[in-house]
Amino acid sequence: MLSLPIYLDNNATTPLDPRVLETMMPYLTNVYGNASSRNHAFGWQAEEAVDYAREQIAALINCSPKEIIFTSGATESDNLAIKGVFEMYASKGNHIITLTTEHKAVLDTCKHVEKAGGNVTYLKVDEKGLIDLNELEAAITDKTILISVMYANNEIGVIQPIREISAIAKKHGILFFTDATQAVGKIPVDVEADGIDLMAFSGHKMYGPKGVGALYVRRKNPRVKVTAQIDGGGHERGMRSGTLNVPGIVGLGKAAEIAKQDMEADTKRIAAMRDRLERELTTIEESYVNGSTEHRLPHVSNISFKYVEGEGLMMGVKDLAVSSGSACTSASLEPSYVLKALGLSDDLAHSSLRFGLSRFTTDEEIDFAIGHVKQAVSKLRELSPLWEMFKEGIDLNSIEWAEH
Amino acid sequence: MAYSDKVIDHYTNPRNVGTLDKSKNNVGTGLVGAPECGDVMRLQIEVDENQVITDAKFKTFGCGSAIASSSLATEWLKGKTVDQALAIDNMAIVEELALPPVKIHCSVLAEDAIKTAINDYRVKNGLPELEMPKSHH
Repeated sequence: MLSLPIYLDNNATTPLDPRVLETMMPYLTNVYGNASSRNHAFGWQAEEAVDYAREQIAALINCSPKEIIFTSGATESDNLAIKGVFEMYASKGNHIITLTTEHKAVLDTCKHVEKAGGNVTYLKVDEKGLIDLNELEAAITDKTILISVMYANNEIGVIQPIREISAIAKKHGILFFTDATQAVGKIPVDVEADGIDLMAFSGHKMYGPKGVGALYVRRKNPRVKVTAQIDGGGHERGMRSGTLNVPGIVGLGKAAEIAKQDMEADTKRIAAMRDRLERELTTIEESYVNGSTEHRLPHVSNISFKYVEGEGLMMGVKDLAVSSGSACTSASLEPSYVLKALGLSDDLAHSSLRFGLSRFTTDEEIDFAIGHVKQAVSKLRELSPLWEMFKEGIDLNSIEWAEH
Repeated sequence: MAYSDKVIDHYTNPRNVGTLDKSKNNVGTGLVGAPECGDVMRLQIEVDENQVITDAKFKTFGCGSAIASSSLATEWLKGKTVDQALAIDNMAIVEELALPPVKIHCSVLAEDAIKTAINDYRVKNGLPELEMPKSHH
């Protein structure tokens, strides 16, 4: 039975896997100790659970359990990594290199660093959404202390050449941080093979709970340190104080374990559904896939349907939960900065939908989504003066549109 | 953001979608907005010898509120004289559709479309162009 609406917004957040919930339950009920309480069984039990979760996560990303710093989520991890490195390595320099297509949690943190006397270079991406490695290397100065490039993009799913980037960082003795929120748990991420020094990720993007995330901080070759942004009891090797969120951490650990175990099978199935969705939807006239389809997460598809507006389209596909790069979905009235960074014209950016599948997505749901989107696009094009002009062969660029 | 029932109704069953023959002298066309801004409205009126709007059609590229604003405008225009049509204020559309503040620009665009269509009709029929109020959206 198809249950409506269908959730295809899994880059925003994923549902909690029932296996994760089950693992968390004891820690939401009977096992309520503080993991820092060293003197009684309640504390020991909690600490043991946290240690086990650390191992589960370390196994997923191939690091030592000691290199995991628990946080409230990827936004906090991004803040801790960037501000923490900026403050800790102030004597070495003040220059950070990042991308224009990073998540706001990175971009706004970089803005903060700029106000604090830092220098930030925002590299452009190409029309596929990929970094230019030559530009990256050219941007390095003797003051550069950090390269911050996301593993995979949240709007278009494009995966950056992480190993090439880390090799450049290493060659110049610069730390490499990656916001891997969209990648961890979805594709193989190996901090050793990938040469990552710091990495942010989150529970709720990988079928775990909200309110918990982690920052991987390398301990060897090189030993990386960050200045704490939250002061207090000195938890997490002094880098992040605050009583540990034991149920959340247990959930993140279980989510990591399941991801490691199911990734291959999940990816195969999800990618097949995504490819079918995309193949079908691009049979619609004047539809365009945004970003690289070669270097991309298996569960994301971002498509622009020219001559229909994204928010109007989302209203038309009311039985689907998706998101749009349209301005109307934000208060700013500016269309997606990520799509614009690919060189998309504003009208194409306005016309985009992002589909994000999960391990719970079914073939039946994809069938429904295909039909629903096709119908909505066709209905809205009947309403669209731009579509009519296009069909009449009028070049829309030849019209003098009123500025407003 | 939740849409009002009236917006949903106009979006689901838009009134008077279509195209009038813009080459006719008694047809006025208003094309406003811009694709880059995410909304374009085309509103057309057909006027009889008594200055009564006998038909109105629209096509809109935009969000649900933009579609609803233009659909509502065509409903209101039909049967009105040109002078009565000029008096339609965007705030009446806001009120009727219960548009939230971020969607007020949709109603402004609809008012612009009405006035632009009327001006097109006036110019075609040798009447002086009316001054358009500067819209703020």
